[in-house]
Amino acid sequence: MLDLQWLLIAIPLASGALLLVWGKESDRFGHLIGTAASAASFVLGAIMFAELLGENAEERSHAVSLFTWIDAGRFHVEMTFVFDQLSALFVLLITGVGTLIHVYSIGYMAHDERRRRFFAFLNIFIAAMLTLVLAGDYLVLFLGWEGVGLASYLLIGFWQHKPSAAAAAKKAFVVNRVGDLGMALAIMLMFAQFGTSAIEAVNAAAPGATDTVTTSLGLLLLLGACGKSAQVPLQSWLLDAMEGPTPVSALIHAATMVTAGVYLVVRSNAIFDASEVARNAVIVVGLVTLLAGAWIGCAKDDIKKALAGSTMSQIGYMMLAAGLGPAGYAFAIFHLITHGFFKANMFLGAGSVMHGMDDDVDMRHYGGLRSMMPVTFATFGLGYLAIIGVPPFAGFWSKDKIIEAAFGQNFWVGLGALLGAGVTAFYMTRLMIMTFLSEKRWREEVHPHESPRVMTWPLIALAALSAVGGILLLGDWVSEWLEPVVGHAEHHELAVPAIVLTLIITLVVAVGVVAAVVFYRREPIAAETPSSVSIFARAGRHELYGNELNEAVVVRPTRHLTRFLVWLDGKGIDGFVTGVADRLGDTSQFLRKPQTGLVRSYALTMFGGVAIIILCLLAVTLA
Amino acid sequence: MNEYISLSLILFTIGAVGVLVRRNAIIVFMCIELMLNATNLAFVSFSRQHGNLDGQVAAFFVMVVAAAEVVVGLSIIVSIYRARRTTSVDDANLLKS
Repeated sequence: MLDLQWLLIAIPLASGALLLVWGKESDRFGHLIGTAASAASFVLGAIMFAELLGENAEERSHAVSLFTWIDAGRFHVEMTFVFDQLSALFVLLITGVGTLIHVYSIGYMAHDERRRRFFAFLNIFIAAMLTLVLAGDYLVLFLGWEGVGLASYLLIGFWQHKPSAAAAAKKAFVVNRVGDLGMALAIMLMFAQFGTSAIEAVNAAAPGATDTVTTSLGLLLLLGACGKSAQVPLQSWLLDAMEGPTPVSALIHAATMVTAGVYLVVRSNAIFDASEVARNAVIVVGLVTLLAGAWIGCAKDDIKKALAGSTMSQIGYMMLAAGLGPAGYAFAIFHLITHGFFKANMFLGAGSVMHGMDDDVDMRHYGGLRSMMPVTFATFGLGYLAIIGVPPFAGFWSKDKIIEAAFGQNFWVGLGALLGAGVTAFYMTRLMIMTFLSEKRWREEVHPHESPRVMTWPLIALAALSAVGGILLLGDWVSEWLEPVVGHAEHHELAVPAIVLTLIITLVVAVGVVAAVVFYRREPIAAETPSSVSIFARAGRHELYGNELNEAVVVRPTRHLTRFLVWLDGKGIDGFVTGVADRLGDTSQFLRKPQTGLVRSYALTMFGGVAIIILCLLAVTLA
Repeated sequence: MNEYISLSLILFTIGAVGVLVRRNAIIVFMCIELMLNATNLAFVSFSRQHGNLDGQVAAFFVMVVAAAEVVVGLSIIVSIYRARRTTSVDDANLLKS
């Protein structure tokens, strides 16, 4: 069974293709095929994972080469898929959460006439994401990388009749191109330096390469990771991506695709181990994003955008952990998985709320939904407890480990991560109060109601995972499991015992919660977004002016450059070519005049010519 | 001797002016013949003056060519006349768009 990696990808891919080409009669059951394909991949993945568990730690990497993809001179790429400890966890996360979201989408998209196509896109996404994590060669990984980008584009813009959705899809695509440029350059550099782009070979060669090479590779890969994972400075697309249907936000823009950057860094661990500069760059990117995302999460009134800010922030945590080297890789993956559970849970919860509120996303129009939507409230609550890190919920274990490791690296980095935990508690509590608690603020014509079972069951499953997901990974199981892939970590000695640090973290979280309660319970929440707010809130609402910055730094200069090039092309290059043609035309016009069509004038010309020739001959002979 | 050459020059000039000023294709044609025969006369005269036969031979060649040219030229003129009911060279301007 362990050589069947390709089948994991083939099932959803075939299903997606089938749903796209099958005609209208499959509208009735297309969603079931899509869900079944995802579930089949999950079952196969689970069986393979169980087999992997039964093997010795050193033998748990299974590579299969399907065929030679490219064979051109020295350039040789095999279509390799590797099923090892790291990709196994990802396969389970992607297909597991993916299947739950497929089930949820059956209910969520029930009234959409293009539901079959939606499921086809979801299947294609699953296939591409599995290609990404199973790839044994950076070029194959790039194939999946672009595949998820395409699926993301199609799904953000799924409601293409809305101009905002179409624009958001385009924006996500364009911003991702910037990151993809980094990826493409990194792969070319690998080939130029190591003569191969196979992940194993590159990781084996990286420790022996020069500092310049590993640093450039690391920074280029980080650029790619920033694009895909919405890290500063390529973060601006993620909040706009919330235009897509909510299951898409949950699957692609929270649980799986946006974490591909973290996966890339962890997968390329040898490169980052060899370059301290690249590692520090990852830490800085992670830390900045973690705080920026939390800031944005505090200010947004749109429930999905608040959650998107939170996603940015949590991925910042993972990046930060991945930048810590072997001490953090396992924790990054650990947090990635728990985050996949609780964030998917909360996004689906938000979708359930929107479903009951006539697709209104403004939290200021919610309030008091606890009694109207008990299941959504309960499951969302578990996700909430998990994300802010209340023991013993999943987020507590993973975030605690990351902050601990960050303090082991550097006091200030640790402090930043600790502050982030406090802010996380603040904005999530704010979200909870505005949505489920507080007084009701919805309009008369809205009738909030609980979602159908097909939507609540995935919520319950994900809530259960959010609650117990951390305990499954107790006893450093993740660290030991991933050790053959990411290397052994020596433990940092902390200035204070770990238990004290845990208490401090919990205390900071409690302060965040209390602050939010005091702030938002003191007076009734305005039903409209207040316009006179502090400069911090305004900056947060404007996504820290990231769009304005892009506009000023990139878009406008590019536009000027384009205008200049157009001018140069029109006046300079075209001017030369058309100028030559114009002169030739003028000459022709001039030569045309003697061609009168009058035979006698031709005869006169001939006589004149002959006379001139004779005169010349005479002149020459006589002289 | 000079008289022959003078006659040849006069005939040639008449022919040349006729080609340039007359519109009727037949007349133009006759003028061409006149020019050709003027040259023949010059050839023969010079041949006699220098006492060798090269000029005579050249004259024969010119006659042969003239005969061939008449055949082709007259047939063209006839066909143009049939098609357009005119023999004026100024009206034969179809190639000018």
